[in-house]
Amino acid sequence: MAQVMMKDLNKKYDEVHAVKDVNLHIRDKEFMVLVGPSGCGKSTTLRMVAGLEEITSGEISIGDRVVNDLPPKDRDIAMVFQNYALYPHMTVYDNMAFGLKMRKFPKVEIQKRVQDAAEILGIQELLKRKPRQLSGGQRQRVAVGRAIVRHPQVFLFDEPLSNLDAKLRVQMRVELKRLHERLETTAIYVTHDQVEAMTLGDRVVVMKDGWIQQVGEPLELYGRPANKFVAGFIGSPSMNFVDVKVADANGALWAETQGIRVKVPPIHTSRLVPYKGQQVTMGVRPEDLHPASGSDPREYCFDAVVDVVEPLGSEILLDLRVGNNTIVARVEPTNRVKVHESTRLALTPDRAHFFDLKTELAI
Amino acid sequence: MKKPIAGGAGSVAGLEVALPHPRATQPQRLTRFLENERALAAILLAPTVLILGTFIAYPFIMGVWLSLSSTSVGNVGEFVGFKNFAKAWNDSIFRTAFGNTFYYTFWATIFKLTLGMWLALLLNRHFRGKRIVRASMLLPFIVPTVLSTFAWRWMFDPTFSVLNWLLYKGGLITTKLPFLSDGVYGMWCAITVNTWRGMPFFAITLLAGLQTINPDLHEAASLDGANGWKRFWHVTWPLLKPVTVVVVVFSVIQTFSDFQLIYVLTGGGPANSTHLLATYAYQVGVATGLLGEGAAISLFMLPVLFVVVWLQLRYLRRMEGA
Repeated sequence: MAQVMMKDLNKKYDEVHAVKDVNLHIRDKEFMVLVGPSGCGKSTTLRMVAGLEEITSGEISIGDRVVNDLPPKDRDIAMVFQNYALYPHMTVYDNMAFGLKMRKFPKVEIQKRVQDAAEILGIQELLKRKPRQLSGGQRQRVAVGRAIVRHPQVFLFDEPLSNLDAKLRVQMRVELKRLHERLETTAIYVTHDQVEAMTLGDRVVVMKDGWIQQVGEPLELYGRPANKFVAGFIGSPSMNFVDVKVADANGALWAETQGIRVKVPPIHTSRLVPYKGQQVTMGVRPEDLHPASGSDPREYCFDAVVDVVEPLGSEILLDLRVGNNTIVARVEPTNRVKVHESTRLALTPDRAHFFDLKTELAI
Repeated sequence: MKKPIAGGAGSVAGLEVALPHPRATQPQRLTRFLENERALAAILLAPTVLILGTFIAYPFIMGVWLSLSSTSVGNVGEFVGFKNFAKAWNDSIFRTAFGNTFYYTFWATIFKLTLGMWLALLLNRHFRGKRIVRASMLLPFIVPTVLSTFAWRWMFDPTFSVLNWLLYKGGLITTKLPFLSDGVYGMWCAITVNTWRGMPFFAITLLAGLQTINPDLHEAASLDGANGWKRFWHVTWPLLKPVTVVVVVFSVIQTFSDFQLIYVLTGGGPANSTHLLATYAYQVGVATGLLGEGAAISLFMLPVLFVVVWLQLRYLRRMEGA
């Protein structure tokens, strides 16, 4: 069990600066998820922790040891790869035992640990098979098994579920979470799937272009995104962004653009005062829009024309046009609006977000 | 009268135009013939069968017939049973050549495999100018054997050997080494040249095999605590084995039946001490003109190569089945 510290971590390839000044403290027993679009540096960061990539500058420590110059095998970590990386010529048992054999564990101990791990993962019947005789989900379990037999200080997961089909992915996600609660080992998990990040992580790191954008608990990222990128990345369907002008009228601030004129919610008023007369980006999540009813204050309502209706069963997604903007609203499945119809929408005032147009930081 | 066909005006002329053109029937018949799968298969296979028959089956059968006859140049000869084989077996030069062939094949293959593997592992890394090195490495393989062997012969020349000169000037030897004028030296010179020539084939093929191995496996193994050598032994080598078996078998077949290299380098000398089965068969069969005896000598290669190929096929089948 150990904490992992990254200090001013940088990675430069010949022309690419892949990881930029990453500072991260992963607490003991924490499940930390690194998430971001491809090429954001999340995998590179993970591989530097594993010792598979050299560190250009900065420091990584696991427990209280600086591991910069330690080879992977001496870092006391185990990694699960995206394509499982099972040794194709070895049986499941040998795959799981390999790391212990290399470390010269006594045979009895190896057997015990492999059996235990197999039991936890429910793969006892597969021990004599070769990887190619297994399904994707089973391979995934073996790969996890290979990691847990070693009882490492830290688990590293590099997009371990992305080769599975959607249904299996959901199932394995739950199992991984259960496994983490049972083993209580620090874990660093890389994914590009924000749903995985939100459901698995105790905390989530959002990365883009090598920079950390925000670190926080899942609901914190969802509720208080630090910038426009995080706001758009977390949540599905993603947040609607509309560039609006902050106008002063009748003693209140208003966000205006073609087709929309809504009052700036009170919680934002003081922060938006300096932007009076300027453009800002307003963000509203699809789930924070609903068909307006009589009880909705008029100053938070606007009209929109329905472009596409996407019924999902549990909800309906409406693609709408407002002026030059396209927005998405998530409404109740009982809603009966039709394409090309005009409908009146209301937004939940205290769930609106505002971002600086240039810096894209949350206001 | 028949009903007018569309396009025809009901006149006799219109009816004529609507009929298939007489010349159009021929392609139709051809099409029907080609749609018969058996016929088409026969047509498509014919060239291959012809070529294989002319250049492999016929010479092979001819060789077997010759080995059982007393044919020599200018003499049709008659069937003599296994007399030629018995004669060869009792011939001391044949026995030397027979032993040499195994010795030569064994060591040359060992060296080609080890050095080729080493080279492949080196070339599998990333470095500047990788492509040029990979391409230039093939040079020994693409230069005609006769040409390169002549160059080597010059380097091993009793009087003008550049190797002797270098070793002498370097103070490593005091008297010239008898490269090609001693049987043992001569054999090792041949093994050296064969290794030099055959190594690129090993390296390129093994390199291709190496590149099919997922690099993640090495990373997983290094996290599992395996050092470089153990990673090679536990991961690379087992995964490379099928490719290795194929290359080794190809090489064994080629080396075992090698002719050009010895023919140019030593001519089987000195005193017939470096003959291989192929060169000795040529010497007896063509140079001396005893075609029957020569054929018998060369046929001694058949059972050995047959066993090698059989072992390979068995191994590959097992790999596929496993």
